[in-house]
Amino acid sequence: MSDVSYVRTKMLDEMAPPVSQVGPIRWARENLFSSVTNSVLTLLAIWFIYSLLAATLPWIVFSSFSANSLGECRTAIRDAYGADATGACWSVIRERYLQLLFGFYPSESYWRPILALVLMLVAIGPILFEGLPRKMLIFSGLYPFVGFFLLWGGTVWLPVTILLGFVIAYFATTMLGKVIGSLGAVIAAILLPVIWWLFLAGPVAYGLHAIVPIGLVPIESARFGGFLLSIVIGVTGIVLSLPIGVLLALGRRSDLFVVRTICIGFIEFIRGVPLITLLFVASTLLNYFLPPGTTFDIVLRVMIMVTLFSSAYMAEVIRGGLAALPRGQYEAANALGMDYWKSMRLIIMPQALKISIPSIVGIFIGLFKDTTLVSIIGLMDPLGLSTAIRANAAWNGIVWELYGFIALMFFIFCFSMSRYSMYLERKLQTGH
Amino acid sequence: MSTAVEREVDRSQMKVSDEVAIQITNMNKWFGAFHVLRDINLTVQRGERIVVCGPSGSGKSTLIRCINALEEHQDGHISVDGTELSSDLKNIDKIRSEVGMLFQHFNLFPHLSILDNCTLAPIWVRKTPKKEAEEIAMHYLTKVKIPEQADKFPGQLSGGQQQRVAIARSLCMQPRIMLFDEPTSALDPEMIKEVLDTMIELAQEGMTMIVVTHEMGFARQVANRVIFMDAGQIVEQNEPEEFFNNPKSDRTKLFLSQILGH
Repeated sequence: MSDVSYVRTKMLDEMAPPVSQVGPIRWARENLFSSVTNSVLTLLAIWFIYSLLAATLPWIVFSSFSANSLGECRTAIRDAYGADATGACWSVIRERYLQLLFGFYPSESYWRPILALVLMLVAIGPILFEGLPRKMLIFSGLYPFVGFFLLWGGTVWLPVTILLGFVIAYFATTMLGKVIGSLGAVIAAILLPVIWWLFLAGPVAYGLHAIVPIGLVPIESARFGGFLLSIVIGVTGIVLSLPIGVLLALGRRSDLFVVRTICIGFIEFIRGVPLITLLFVASTLLNYFLPPGTTFDIVLRVMIMVTLFSSAYMAEVIRGGLAALPRGQYEAANALGMDYWKSMRLIIMPQALKISIPSIVGIFIGLFKDTTLVSIIGLMDPLGLSTAIRANAAWNGIVWELYGFIALMFFIFCFSMSRYSMYLERKLQTGH
Repeated sequence: MSTAVEREVDRSQMKVSDEVAIQITNMNKWFGAFHVLRDINLTVQRGERIVVCGPSGSGKSTLIRCINALEEHQDGHISVDGTELSSDLKNIDKIRSEVGMLFQHFNLFPHLSILDNCTLAPIWVRKTPKKEAEEIAMHYLTKVKIPEQADKFPGQLSGGQQQRVAIARSLCMQPRIMLFDEPTSALDPEMIKEVLDTMIELAQEGMTMIVVTHEMGFARQVANRVIFMDAGQIVEQNEPEEFFNNPKSDRTKLFLSQILGH
């Protein structure tokens, strides 16, 4: 049996792979032409893309930017590219883009939403990306008040007094906790700020304003419109629905019967009702329940409804993430002596949220696009504005250019969210 | 099943003191209508190493899970280090931070690095400063012989390494009692040894341990008492020598013949 034995005497050197096995040729062969079916599909796809571009590219390129009405537009295109040419009339975007972005917001105050947007990016930065300094989170916490002040204007003391409510809540939990126990402190931390906001914050703010009048020109919600409105409603909904959804999901799994029942009731009710119904409630019905004479800002009402709506969905998505965690994680956290809130915050939620990222971002994207529904109750979001623009005699009959532009803007926002969620998933990947 | 047999174990440091670490009296537990633990009475002295064995479903895991209140008992008393285990949350958290626990499936936190796994509870429960907690963690990771893995994540480690990290994580809370719930049942044979070695070291340092395991070699070498449970009751307990060589009850004999017979 000596032929079984073998000993290598010389080790082999490393060699480059054959040319046919590397580079674009190999890629194309593997991905586009790996089989007959694949080759046919590739050719079909190329033909499809070609026809699509052949039909749309001339329309996009043979266009007019300078006309002042649809008729002028058509003449200009015919003059420039021949009698048969049809092209896009981008002039409408040129003429109305400020309106599509800001609605009827006074043009001398455009700097306010622009500054608010820039500051928002600064505020969101440290939440989205770990590399930025942690101290920036303080600004993120203050931003809602800054943003509110910039957009709506009025006295600077109103956001300050509203902020004070949270300071009151903070002191109620830290200082009263020792005196009246933790449950009492929690109740006080909810009750005291609510009393402050309902009865004292307003008068105090106006009192302070009378003494030290600092403020911006107030701008009412009716003038908000376009993407400004979409972003205000969308971002508020996104930022608030996540924490509310987390609390609802925890509540639904709670051992406390009352908490659990309330959470289930809320989630099931909100999920069982179309968003449009809630928006109608916000725009009309809510007034019947409020004391006569109170004006409760329509945009604020819509923001509340949109937030509640998506937080119900959020709760269910997060509950799915919670259910996916093995029991051992809860037990290990408990066995190390962590109480409920610590184990939720440090062990359970980070993992449950990570599992739910794709669905959470799905809800965010859905929410952002759903902001266009507010046009039904008469708010001037981009879609509402486009109807208004098309009602104008000069632009009557224009369709693709407006909706195409709006679609492109929405796509940019939604696609960025989607990419960010993929980045986050990759970053949080801790397996192999 | 006796992987841990041929090893010199120094029993000189394993001293049992008179101090009572755990006292269980007339404890009963039900899962719904199912009477899972029946009239358990057990006193554990400080420094004791107790091995609990028995067929699956005999209630041995449930018993040690009752000791740190992962399961609630419905009747009787459990006191740990003199603190009575009641439904009062303060007592439960206090006892849990004194009692370390190891699980069959390790239950490391997959989203945290090995070091963070070890420092999390000391920082948040014991309020240890971060730097100090990290020093303690590195000390125990060195003790379980994996300091070089500190920056990795649990998913990148082998089962045996994960279980050793779990031991280090428990030790970082500086517990006075350790509970082991089948710590080697999910491991490959060669990894069982590394985990048992770590547990033997702990025993040699005088840790009070209750170990639910099928590792009879470990029981022989380390335990000062072996408890056999069946149908939710303590059927027999004795010193390991006597327990293995001269079992009294028929159930114990049957169990030992099944577990040692192959």
